Amino acid sequence: MAMASLAPVSPTVPPAKVRAASDAPPALICRNLWKVYGANADAFLRENPEPTPADIHAAGLFAAVRDATLEIRQGEIFIIMGLSGSGKSTLVRCLSRLVEPTAGSVFYEHQNLLRMTPGELIQLRRHKMGMVFQNFALLPHRTVLGNVAFPLEVQGLPKEEREARARKVIELVGLGERAGHYPRELSGGQQQRVGIARSLAVEPALWFLDEPFSALDPLIRHEMQNEFLRLQRMLSKTIVFITHDFDEAIRLGDRIAIMKDGVIIQVGTAEELVLTPASDYVSAFTGHVSRAKVLSAGGVCVPAVPGEALGPVVAARALVAEVAEAVLGSELPAAVVDAEGTLVGKLDRATVIANLVGGGQ
Amino acid sequence: MSEIALQQSRPGLRVPAGWIVTGLVALAILVPYAAPETFGWAKTYPARWIVPISDWLKAFLYWLARDLSFGLFTFKDMTRFVSGLFGYALDVPKALFSSGITFGDEPGAFHIPRLSWAGIIAAVTIWSYMLGGLRLAVLGFVGFGYILVFGQWDSAMVTLSQVILAVLTGVGGGIALGILAFRLPRLEGAVVAALDFMQTIPTFAYLVPLVFLVGVGPVSGMLATILYAMPPMVRVTMMALKRVPPELDELARMTGCIPRQTLWKVLIPSARDDLLVGVNQVIMLTLNMIIIAAMIGAGGLGFDVLNALRQANGLGKGLEAGLAVVALAIVLDRMSRAMVELRPVHGAEARRRRYLVGAGFALLIGFTLLSFAIPALEQLPAELRISTGNMWSDVVSWVNIHLFSTADALRTFLLIYILVPMKTFMVGFPWVGLLALVWGGAWSLGGWRFATGMTALMAFIPVAGLWERGMTTVYLCSISVVIATLIGLPLGFLGSRSERMHNALGAMCDTLQTLPSFVYLLPVVMLFRIGDVSALVAIVLYAMVPAIRYTDHGLRRVPPSLQEAGTMAGCTGTQRLAKVELPYAMPEIMLGVNQVIMMALSMLVVSSFVGTNDLGKQIQVAISQADPGKGLSAGLAIAFLGILADRMIGRWVAARRTRMGL
Repeated sequence: MAMASLAPVSPTVPPAKVRAASDAPPALICRNLWKVYGANADAFLRENPEPTPADIHAAGLFAAVRDATLEIRQGEIFIIMGLSGSGKSTLVRCLSRLVEPTAGSVFYEHQNLLRMTPGELIQLRRHKMGMVFQNFALLPHRTVLGNVAFPLEVQGLPKEEREARARKVIELVGLGERAGHYPRELSGGQQQRVGIARSLAVEPALWFLDEPFSALDPLIRHEMQNEFLRLQRMLSKTIVFITHDFDEAIRLGDRIAIMKDGVIIQVGTAEELVLTPASDYVSAFTGHVSRAKVLSAGGVCVPAVPGEALGPVVAARALVAEVAEAVLGSELPAAVVDAEGTLVGKLDRATVIANLVGGGQ
Repeated sequence: MSEIALQQSRPGLRVPAGWIVTGLVALAILVPYAAPETFGWAKTYPARWIVPISDWLKAFLYWLARDLSFGLFTFKDMTRFVSGLFGYALDVPKALFSSGITFGDEPGAFHIPRLSWAGIIAAVTIWSYMLGGLRLAVLGFVGFGYILVFGQWDSAMVTLSQVILAVLTGVGGGIALGILAFRLPRLEGAVVAALDFMQTIPTFAYLVPLVFLVGVGPVSGMLATILYAMPPMVRVTMMALKRVPPELDELARMTGCIPRQTLWKVLIPSARDDLLVGVNQVIMLTLNMIIIAAMIGAGGLGFDVLNALRQANGLGKGLEAGLAVVALAIVLDRMSRAMVELRPVHGAEARRRRYLVGAGFALLIGFTLLSFAIPALEQLPAELRISTGNMWSDVVSWVNIHLFSTADALRTFLLIYILVPMKTFMVGFPWVGLLALVWGGAWSLGGWRFATGMTALMAFIPVAGLWERGMTTVYLCSISVVIATLIGLPLGFLGSRSERMHNALGAMCDTLQTLPSFVYLLPVVMLFRIGDVSALVAIVLYAMVPAIRYTDHGLRRVPPSLQEAGTMAGCTGTQRLAKVELPYAMPEIMLGVNQVIMMALSMLVVSSFVGTNDLGKQIQVAISQADPGKGLSAGLAIAFLGILADRMIGRWVAARRTRMGL
């Protein structure tokens, strides 16, 4: 019985994600986080703790993040997804305090980030956080080695040590040959590998990726996504990943938060977003995705009549696309069982075909 | 008049305000001509109304120099300290490049030679090769070779040592100030305003107070040069730091950089290219100014040129020195530009670069060490030098014999039919009329408040008693600008039409802009002797470049779709140019004209050497008489003229662009 989690990669199915146990403890928490731009924005929020968009507009202010509350679990890939201007970049910068939130709280490992002194924040960023940027943000005057060693240099590590550590990370992302090259001598994909290597050099526990693959060609993007999943299988970081691409989100994410106009509209797994979209906006995103690659057998099966004759046995966690061959090859509907082997329902050919062909609902 | 202007928007007023203003301006001009007895005061500015601004400035500077005290030390102590500091600092490059170090006075005293000419030429050639390949290497070799062989080495090294110290100080100080303004946004506005003002003050005006406060000599020359060359570096630094992508700043913060690390490890290195462009500018401005600063004793090549201009038969020698200035300027310019283009490399290419840099240093030091034993390596023996002094004198006399009649005919024609009538007209123009004209023009561009400010700037000239010299300046400047524009527009047009022409013009403009302004005077005097015509030609040559560049660029920027639309509407080539392209490119072209005016004003002062009688002359006289009041007031008058032209054209361009939705 093929289990979804660590199955070998097949050409039709994306490489399996390391699904973080859904009961893992939260690593990064934000509560009622606001970022409002404009004069005296903090005073305004103190007086109106729950302003409506109209209130904010009337005060001549602009809210980039509105009342965001999130719990990101240890070791999960958490995707923040939204179109440009939805506030996703501002939200992630509030989480790392690159942007000072106007109100709310951010906790990392039970420390309130917003109460930290500049010195404490510097220490936290030097040792616990890494970030990958959309346009790579490589230092043009440094070689690959110099770029990757940069965060270690900032910490004050001696040259030999930081370069030895940097070389290891460069090997890890497959750029060992090019340690002496300068960024401009590399392709876009290679440059972002440098960006990734640099963010990993300090062995951060918390890894921010801000649209890391958006500036790349589709083919390279696909390759880099695989690379990213490979790294995460080895490293198991807590990841906050920003994207505007829903396909990327469902390929990579354990859970996805969808943002619009600064508000988090829905948080859930890809399957939850497809099956129970919170609004028309969410269903507009999920509408065109290939449902077979998102929905699990358990999610689409129907209750079986006791005693009914059933064909092949498939796991409830397996994606429809993964079990399609088995179901289509059988005259009888497949039996869908959970991890304990208990029957949860049946899956017939018609349902599989509908989910395979149907982009829309 | 302002009340009438205000009525413009009032309903029910029949006569448009523009007509009233035009009428009043016409009255202000015509009435003094029509009734000279009654309105004589409106034509010639009455002497009893002159405000003694020069005297006040003089008194102020004397107060600075004699009485101002900061408690622990006086202003004079401070200037002495600064000039002493630079004096010591200047000794280092001077010893390296020009004098060497001698212990004791008696002959045979121990002498450490200066850097050997052979070493310098070898190093320049190799480094040029590293920076820009064979072509630059040949240029470097020929340029410095010329300086050596034609006996200009000693003077050139004096100049070079001053350039090196001035560039180091200018770049260092510029970057420091730029960082400060970048870090403290409150300071930024003040810095930008100061930079704007400093860039409109003509070069010579810097010299006057410096001579007064520091005295004549290489140090005040250096200080003037640094003051002149540093502002662009401040500007470039501020701009360069702002242009660093915000992601890099975020990167610095996310990796936990402290502010010092952010600045020195991330921002400054990322801004390298822009900063190097600034360095190139500082080098060129330094060279330009250090030649002019020969007037206050900077010595070196500038002194040779100046000396030649002062002597009757010195032109040949002057040309020789002038060409050495040109050689130095072009080599330094191209080398520093190539440095901007240089990209970091790795592996074999990087090793090659390191090897070449090392080889340059090795040869430089090697030849210098050798010159302990072989004095000819320190100072090229006279018999190996060529002086073209005679040759150039021959050229001058050949020119005098063969071209003189043509040049003289042109000169006489210009003088009789254009220059003298214009000058008479301008100097005799009623001052009230001129102010009214400025007011009316500025009013139509930017309303009464703007107009009043502009008129106040213009009023400085009659009020300070500078009418005649001021108007001579206005007349020379406006004729030069018109001629420069008339030459520049068609050239720029041709450049916009063909790639080959574009490249040829680009090379020409590059060279013209590299030459220090002083050098322009030499060939001009050779042809037209002393007088307004020489000044005119020199100014036109110097100031023409922006007219060409901006016209070319402006016409090239016309969108192809617009040109196609013109053609499809059935325009002939000329119609398309006149009705489509020129109107579209006009704002750009006017910005070029604005630059022409600025350059003409600065060249005007330099060209007072060849015998004009304008504000530049007054500055020059003030320098020789050490009368800082007169020099400063003339400098201010020129600066005000510059600001006036700049703001008016700026308004026009902005309005035009808004209207076209650009």
